[in-house]
Amino acid sequence: MNPRLLILLLVIALLGASIASLLAGAVALSPGELLQPGLGRIILIELRLPRLVLAILIGGILGLSGAVLQGLLRNPLAEPGLLGVSAGASLGAVIAIYYGLALIIPLATPIAGLVGGFIAAALAMWLSRSGGMLALILGGSAVTSIAVAGVTLALNLAPNPYAAYEIMTWLMGSLADRSWGHVALSAPFIVVGALLLLATGQALDALALGEAQAESLGVHVSQTRLIALFGTALGVGAATAVSGALAFVGLIAPHVVRPLVGYRPGQALIPAMLAGSILVVVADLATRLVKFDGPPVNLGVFISLIGSPFFLWLVLHIRKRAI
Amino acid sequence: MKLLSLRGVTVRRGSRTVLEGIDADFARGRLTAVIGPNGAGKSTLLEAAAGILPFSGSIELDGQSFATIGRRGLAQRRAYLPQRAAVEWPISVERVVALGLTPLLPSFGGLPATMLPLIDLALAECDLEALRDRAATNLSGGELARVMLARAIVGDPELLIVDEPTAGLDPRHAIDAARRLRARADAGRAVIVALHDLDLALRFADDVIAVRDGRIVAMGSVDAVMTEPVLGALYDVGVRISRDDGGASIGFVD
Repeated sequence: MNPRLLILLLVIALLGASIASLLAGAVALSPGELLQPGLGRIILIELRLPRLVLAILIGGILGLSGAVLQGLLRNPLAEPGLLGVSAGASLGAVIAIYYGLALIIPLATPIAGLVGGFIAAALAMWLSRSGGMLALILGGSAVTSIAVAGVTLALNLAPNPYAAYEIMTWLMGSLADRSWGHVALSAPFIVVGALLLLATGQALDALALGEAQAESLGVHVSQTRLIALFGTALGVGAATAVSGALAFVGLIAPHVVRPLVGYRPGQALIPAMLAGSILVVVADLATRLVKFDGPPVNLGVFISLIGSPFFLWLVLHIRKRAI
Repeated sequence: MKLLSLRGVTVRRGSRTVLEGIDADFARGRLTAVIGPNGAGKSTLLEAAAGILPFSGSIELDGQSFATIGRRGLAQRRAYLPQRAAVEWPISVERVVALGLTPLLPSFGGLPATMLPLIDLALAECDLEALRDRAATNLSGGELARVMLARAIVGDPELLIVDEPTAGLDPRHAIDAARRLRARADAGRAVIVALHDLDLALRFADDVIAVRDGRIVAMGSVDAVMTEPVLGALYDVGVRISRDDGGASIGFVD
């Protein structure tokens, strides 16, 4: 498919999903009521719009980062969580909740998440400083293990059931009750991260030939790796700090668009970013529309429910291709 | 005419010296075969000559050091194919060949339309027109070798460095690959090829560099280097070169 046409179609789909997302919510309001001054407009501007903007930003950076990492590592199972950034951000946020900082300082949770994500990424990069791609994957999983251990410890030692419940809810990932403050905190990091990641496109195309050939074609492979990691740390760290860990978006989005761009890793970046945004906007919409008895299903849980069967399919599909 | 010259090139991996004090010149219009036993340093020599490996000493392309030419400038003038070159995603043959133009592309944006004829030419030169839209992960060994060569020559580099292009190919495809490299040299480009198949080296090369334990043990024209005593000492086995009307062939005796 023509890449420009694909991008256009994805943008139209994202617009459609966005409009649907603005119209849906606990209070049923018509488009006219939402635009009139008063309660409708307050709901639109203070509740639904920041939530939509975050869904677009977070989905986009997850899809983009997944596409970059899969191209960089030349592995279809790579995803942003691999570097330990998501786990580090989760640990940071959990610490803020655990010590009750979130009650004292507004936005303490995402700020601590941001710091945690950056520390984890720095640690993973330091662990893999002399090795290649494999060292990076191992460094990332080591950092993830440490962060997950910290999160479990916090749950174990939670001073009261309410704190444990709050930690659990945060870990499930959600965009409910997010404000413009969350947007202001995360957007600059996500935008800068996305620009860094988008700059790797041409290098990723050449990397389809392996590192030696890419190097011979003038690609600075180690510099590309650093840019990809830094972009992921900034963007995904900020995204996770605001929404909690959203698994599978970074894995699924690149796979959906890759066949449509002829499997060229660099060409998949913008479509994967848009597909990630669509996925999160639609999933966030679904959490408001699909209701069971009891509390609403969290965004992260909802995406995992769709994502895990896809992951299973992917594993089977790759095994078939390998044989 | 001299295109590439190596002076005192030494490569270390950790504390081990894998290439030591290499002096060699490579001329335009000549095909140089690099031969030697496994682990001799052939691939390292090629990687250093391609400028994708840190080395000490000096390497000059047309009188300019690699540092002066720069990464991108070098990539525009020299192509390098490693051993077992392959493609990791099911990208179409046409697009794989287009990747050879990466150093000529603007930093952002796609392939300019003016470059499309170069791709057609490379595809035609390597008999790949029929495979143009095939996924590069879905090719036979011989076909993939041709795709990789097309990828390497699409920008018409002055210097072509290829590591073991015939490994894993049957005799017909191996000869075909060697013939295509010969054609590049005949077109006035400098070609450096690491070869295990000595019969091919004997038949297609102009010059031969024999490497062992990271050093050059013999260097010169095919006739000067491909002799029974030199090859016997190089590989530690008895060598017999027999010549008849069909050309020369090399046999090893224990």
